[in-house]
Amino acid sequence: MQENKKVSRAVKWILISVCVVFVFFMLILPLITVITEALRSGWETYQKAVADEYALNAAGLTIEATVFAVLINTVFGIFASWAITKFPFRGKKLLTTLIDIPVTVSPIIAGLIFLLTFGRQSPIYPWLQDLGLQIVFAVPGIILATVFVTFPFISRELIPVMEAQGTEEEEAAALMGAGGFTIFRKVTFPHIKWALLYGIVLCAARAMGEFGAVSVISGHLRGKTNTLPLHVEILFNEFQYVPAFAVSSLLVIMALIILIIRSIVEYRGKKA
Amino acid sequence: MNKAKKRVIPGFGLSMGVTLAILSLIVIIPLASLVLFTAQMNFSEIIEIITRKRVLASFYVSFITAFIASLINAVMGVILAWVLVRYDFPFKRVLDGMIELPFALPTAVAGIALTALTADTGAIGSFFEQFGIKIAYTRIGITVALIFIGIPFVVRSVQPVLEKLDHSYEEAAGVLGASKVKIFWKIIFPEIRPAVFTGFGLAFGRCIGEYGSVVFIAGNMPYETEITPLIIMSELQEYDYTSATAIALVMLLFSFAVLFAVNIIQARSTKILKGGNK
Amino acid sequence: MKKKILSIILAAGILTTSAFGFTGCGNSSGSTSSGSSSSSSSEDSASSDKVTITNVSYDPTRELYAAYNEAFKTHWKEQTGQDVEITQSHGGSGKQALEVANGLEADVVTLALEGDVNAVRDAGLIEDGWVKEFDKDSAPYTSTIVFLVRKGNPKNIKDWDDLVKDGVGIITPNPKTSGGARWNYLAAWAYADKLYNGDEAKIQEFIKKLFQNVLVLDSGARGATTTFVENGQGDVLIAWENEAFLSIKDYPDDYEIITPSISILAQPSVAIVDEVVDKRGTREVATEYLNYLYSDEAQKIAGDNYYRPSNEEILKEYSDVFNLDINLVTIDDFGGWDEAQEKHFADGGIFDQIYEE
Repeated sequence: MQENKKVSRAVKWILISVCVVFVFFMLILPLITVITEALRSGWETYQKAVADEYALNAAGLTIEATVFAVLINTVFGIFASWAITKFPFRGKKLLTTLIDIPVTVSPIIAGLIFLLTFGRQSPIYPWLQDLGLQIVFAVPGIILATVFVTFPFISRELIPVMEAQGTEEEEAAALMGAGGFTIFRKVTFPHIKWALLYGIVLCAARAMGEFGAVSVISGHLRGKTNTLPLHVEILFNEFQYVPAFAVSSLLVIMALIILIIRSIVEYRGKKA
Repeated sequence: MNKAKKRVIPGFGLSMGVTLAILSLIVIIPLASLVLFTAQMNFSEIIEIITRKRVLASFYVSFITAFIASLINAVMGVILAWVLVRYDFPFKRVLDGMIELPFALPTAVAGIALTALTADTGAIGSFFEQFGIKIAYTRIGITVALIFIGIPFVVRSVQPVLEKLDHSYEEAAGVLGASKVKIFWKIIFPEIRPAVFTGFGLAFGRCIGEYGSVVFIAGNMPYETEITPLIIMSELQEYDYTSATAIALVMLLFSFAVLFAVNIIQARSTKILKGGNK
Repeated sequence: MKKKILSIILAAGILTTSAFGFTGCGNSSGSTSSGSSSSSSSEDSASSDKVTITNVSYDPTRELYAAYNEAFKTHWKEQTGQDVEITQSHGGSGKQALEVANGLEADVVTLALEGDVNAVRDAGLIEDGWVKEFDKDSAPYTSTIVFLVRKGNPKNIKDWDDLVKDGVGIITPNPKTSGGARWNYLAAWAYADKLYNGDEAKIQEFIKKLFQNVLVLDSGARGATTTFVENGQGDVLIAWENEAFLSIKDYPDDYEIITPSISILAQPSVAIVDEVVDKRGTREVATEYLNYLYSDEAQKIAGDNYYRPSNEEILKEYSDVFNLDINLVTIDDFGGWDEAQEKHFADGGIFDQIYEE
């Protein structure tokens, strides 16, 4: 028995070390690279790169796209998981597959499909022009692409929780005469709020960093349609390595803030 | 029975309507336009495009690197999830928090940083160089980038299942004298298997289409390190829309198939979650 | 049951339209900077005190246009009293052309090669005969292809035939994705063409050997420079002359430029995007924007940014910078862009054949 405990303790620490080594090389080292490169020419260069007019502009657009992505995906996530978990209907697997598909679609294809749908070659392009709507190579296109790549993040968090919770409570509430929104607010929401927050955090993190799809649809108009990741790419292509990494570190910091929020949310969620 | 249930909880029409509306605008209509575009070609043309040697080679490169990367992620993901759920150690929360980093870091930044690290002038690359192993600009480099991209998927699929897993069977087996290894393979693994597959499938689907990080670290040599998304990009730059969309459609059908399989497996995984909850 | 389905479809329809309206709102708020300023300029471009134009260009011209735009702003203000704002977009030349063809509203395009402007023309945005619209085939500045090697030239690379030797590692972008790389390829072809007196089989063999020595085939010119300079790959970078000079400027002690005996006269093309300027009413300012590129001031800016001015007089002033003795072939020696594109770079063309088997 003693022997057994010793072995399992050894296994424990071996496994932990494996994880730490893996995470160190795969995650922390790249992160350190970004930060050391960013500070290679000193703090002042860093500040200048981060406070650059175009960098701030890009940060603004990134935040705008992220907010829209979170809003649209939250609305969608709640309605979709409600429909999927509270009602039986045919084609449920097909529906969930369709919702998930954006995760596995190549970002290049994601950009391409919006280009085909709303671009100059599209049959609806003249109609959009008449309405004065510029979608591709403008802010709406960037928002659409961002929403697309983060599409399933919130519903994916909500569905398992709502599924596990079952439908009895809602049914009881409905039989007592409560309306749909009251049921949701009073009965369902308390169960899902932590999962929802977690989903929002993930969605926001992913939306901020999206590069491929946005790159195809943005047009790289300086100061107009550049998001932070695109601004990084531009700086990089201007041989401005240090500023490029400086702006990247800005994204890293934003991501870390979001991940810290996530940790707190999760911790409180588990306590509750 | 079903009918009665439907009537009890209100809001089916509304929620389904909103779901389908947003789904159509964001996913279905754009995807359909891709299909429509490809439909302008006849079948033999499409076959001709997607069976070009270079395209086939890129399918192979994308597939094999994504597969190996997802496999490594599946193994590491299970270990990570296990460590995070079952053990307590200093800085565990930090480790836990790091897992989503690949989601948040722009893929291009990840690619540039990883290339700088693994080129033969970089910190990791120079070490392996001594043994004659090149990482950046080879398929190994692509695999490294894809491992980075895919880390969160398996960990986050397995973690909740492990958390909800009932300890009593393990304990019983332990009391009966089963070895730890045996307990893991016979009792725990069958429970988390669907979650592992789900995570593997998602990571695989994501990796096979990854572009931003890979173009920096791959040498982009035709037949050697050229991935399919890069082929699509180069077809686009030659204004060859038809080829680009045809290849894109193949990738799309592939990811759809992977996902459909994942969702069928997930249905099982959810049942376990539900069971564990009660 | 049927009623239910009907109501779902109805709800879906209503929401789709409202969702469109929603993104429409996002549009109007998001693009007020571009949308409103452009519409106001289209109505009264002469009298309004501000006009915006967009210049869609390729990767290596960033520094050039950053400097030129300042000069043009002053020039236009002096001439008309109007402020002009220039939005720049840079990227791979082919990708940029494609985006303009797909609705990126560019008033002018300044791309790496004629073939890319032709792609915009083929989409119906630029009128035929654009090449003759401005002087010197609408190429206000030119460049050529040179080698960048590590200091001291350890592999002793002097000319194209040194590149096909065993053990020489070459970095060049992919001709399929990069406009600049097509010039690289054609320059090498021109050399082999002379070496073998036009024996096509031997030329192909030469090109094939050359590409067998390529270590990394980046997707764009800037990526290739990064691979060579920052990540230390390869012995020689085949690059735009101006890109090579920029690297020398950043790292004067680490690299040397080698000019081969034969190279190609790379003529980056500029053109007005007719459909866009007519819609936005910016033809006048766009035309002047491209015309002014031929002024002495702009030609000097080009020279300062390591582009060869097309004005012979000014080019001579830069004789200490550029090697003017280089033997330059032109795209006409290849029968023009359309023919070169079809023969070499189209799917199944010679470049594809090099990599086959």
